[in-house]
Amino acid sequence: MSNTSTEQANRFISLKDIKKSSFIALWFMFLTFPIMVIKVNTVNNTVEWRWANMIIIGVASFILSHVWRLFMNRRDGKLSDEQKGGQTVEKLTLRQKLDQKPVVAKSLSYAVLVLAIIFPLISGMYQTSIMITALLYVVLALGLNIMIGLSGLLVLGYIVFYGVGAYTYALLNLHFGVNFWVALPIGGIFAMIIGILIAIPVLRLQGDYLAIVTLAFGEIFRIVLENWNDLSFGPSGIANIPRPTIFGLDLNVSQATNLTYFIVLAFVLVTIFVIKRLEDSRIGRSLVAMREDEIASEAMGIDMGKTKLVAFALSTFWAGVAGVIFAGKTTFINPSSFTMWESILVLCMVVLGGMGSIPGAIVGALIITLLPEYLRAFSEYRMVIFGVVLVLVMVFKPDGMIPSIRQKYEFKKKPESNMKEAE
Amino acid sequence: MLKIENLETFYGNIQALKGIDLHIEDGEIVTLIGANGAGKTTTLMSISGVVPPRNGKIILNGKDITGTAADDIVSMGLIQVPEGRRIFSELSVAENLDMGAFLRNDAAEIKRDMEYVYQLFPILAERRHQHGGTLSGGEQQMLAISRALMAKPKILLLDEPSLGLAPIIVQQIFDIIKKINQEQGTTVFLVEQNANQALKIAHKGYVMETGRITMSDTASNLLADDEVKKAYLGI
Repeated sequence: MSNTSTEQANRFISLKDIKKSSFIALWFMFLTFPIMVIKVNTVNNTVEWRWANMIIIGVASFILSHVWRLFMNRRDGKLSDEQKGGQTVEKLTLRQKLDQKPVVAKSLSYAVLVLAIIFPLISGMYQTSIMITALLYVVLALGLNIMIGLSGLLVLGYIVFYGVGAYTYALLNLHFGVNFWVALPIGGIFAMIIGILIAIPVLRLQGDYLAIVTLAFGEIFRIVLENWNDLSFGPSGIANIPRPTIFGLDLNVSQATNLTYFIVLAFVLVTIFVIKRLEDSRIGRSLVAMREDEIASEAMGIDMGKTKLVAFALSTFWAGVAGVIFAGKTTFINPSSFTMWESILVLCMVVLGGMGSIPGAIVGALIITLLPEYLRAFSEYRMVIFGVVLVLVMVFKPDGMIPSIRQKYEFKKKPESNMKEAE
Repeated sequence: MLKIENLETFYGNIQALKGIDLHIEDGEIVTLIGANGAGKTTTLMSISGVVPPRNGKIILNGKDITGTAADDIVSMGLIQVPEGRRIFSELSVAENLDMGAFLRNDAAEIKRDMEYVYQLFPILAERRHQHGGTLSGGEQQMLAISRALMAKPKILLLDEPSLGLAPIIVQQIFDIIKKINQEQGTTVFLVEQNANQALKIAHKGYVMETGRITMSDTASNLLADDEVKKAYLGI
């Protein structure tokens, strides 16, 4: 079985593949027939038959399908080679190569850091502003990663806590004139409190049920904001939120944007540092244990209820702080910034990057926020390309762009254990 | 050491335990045997606090622990090895053992215990960096027992350690259980379907049928008992 698939991968064209691709091409020609071929000219009351379109569709879908098949074959061939074990030279991932050369890894990360610091100086305000958004999503992805990647709690309404942070700053500023720096921790803590309040009723839920309930909470939050005019000013939102300043200086828009950029960057670094420490800590281990097996964790003396609350609290804090920065950056917030779609997007970042991996979450967030931005040149096709990229990543790298080191380790070790058992 | 009086546990409206009395002395191996669905696992889950009982009393070292949270019970030295092993499959063997010592803070002694465990099961030492999920069934069971030992149990609750294992591995695991009991003085409460093996290493045995204890005696007497022979030993 594995032999034939490898042979197929090596051969450029096989009869079976051609047959399948032709079938798919025919099917697409049939499917698109009504829209691509028939065109009713209502002025002259005639019907145009555009057969050329049909041929183009047929050829295009044949080629696409064949290329797809070729890649899939190659991937399966690779997999079966790995399963045969032993003989094939182990291919190291970029991450593993970097781990083996700590000097390179270190200088590389410093280079990235330096680049990130001088970024606003070498690019315009528009670029900086995009980068701020991207970095805010990095924080969100890192925060959600605590819940999904580390603790295995599938939470869908994560953007709620981002919204809580943003509204905390906006309202505190509106009513009490609280400035950005004071609001920053308050927003985080407030999001944390809401997180714990939501966590208490869902403590007993797992998996899909948890996802559904948190999804519902997300919607409730948005609907309440849209309708509670006295508090949130409804869909018209809150405007004129002051941008962050420092030392009481009067900054113009572009200076304030740069300042916001540095605040977010610093915050990203703090988040990375804290989460890295968390992963190696006792709490981090209890989160991982909870993800792996709840009953076993309980048998080990880990309090499941407390651990879940800790996961929620730790995760939602970052979203709250990011929300405050978001409000300060845009100076205007309304409920439409905190929809389902945003929650799903953050979830995509975590999954695309690789669950439970810090660099994964960062790369995932950057790809998902920056890709549609830089694809603007393709105007209306950009979301299509975006979708195709997501599908391709998930097909060819199902563990994400940069899978967490645990999973990689397993792949490295597997052939050895197989061999031992075979002996 | 552990005394259970008139324990009744329900799953919704269904009564799984219909008033159970058990008595386990310090340093003993006590086994609870019975067929599928007799309520053996429920008994263990009730004792360890995962499924709280509705009526009855559980007394550990003279202290009533009925209704205490599972993690508090663990801190009192009552450790359960859950049915079906339930090891952390994506953590390495060493990390699994570390999780067992979750409630302990004495780094030096944890290390010593880990060495002891590796000496009990040399295969685990060999595979200490391997993922739990890649171990064979028998090795996983060894890991589950070792993980529980890392918590420094005063009383160890084992739920069907022979489940799904080859006879030779079962023999090996039962030998180790006996060894742990003798070397460490750990009290063992063993729930088993493999009555023959369990009774061979136990001091005392209880037979359970549909939520009730129907027989209790010394293990050797039970092994010789005609009814037990017919029902559970297949002789």
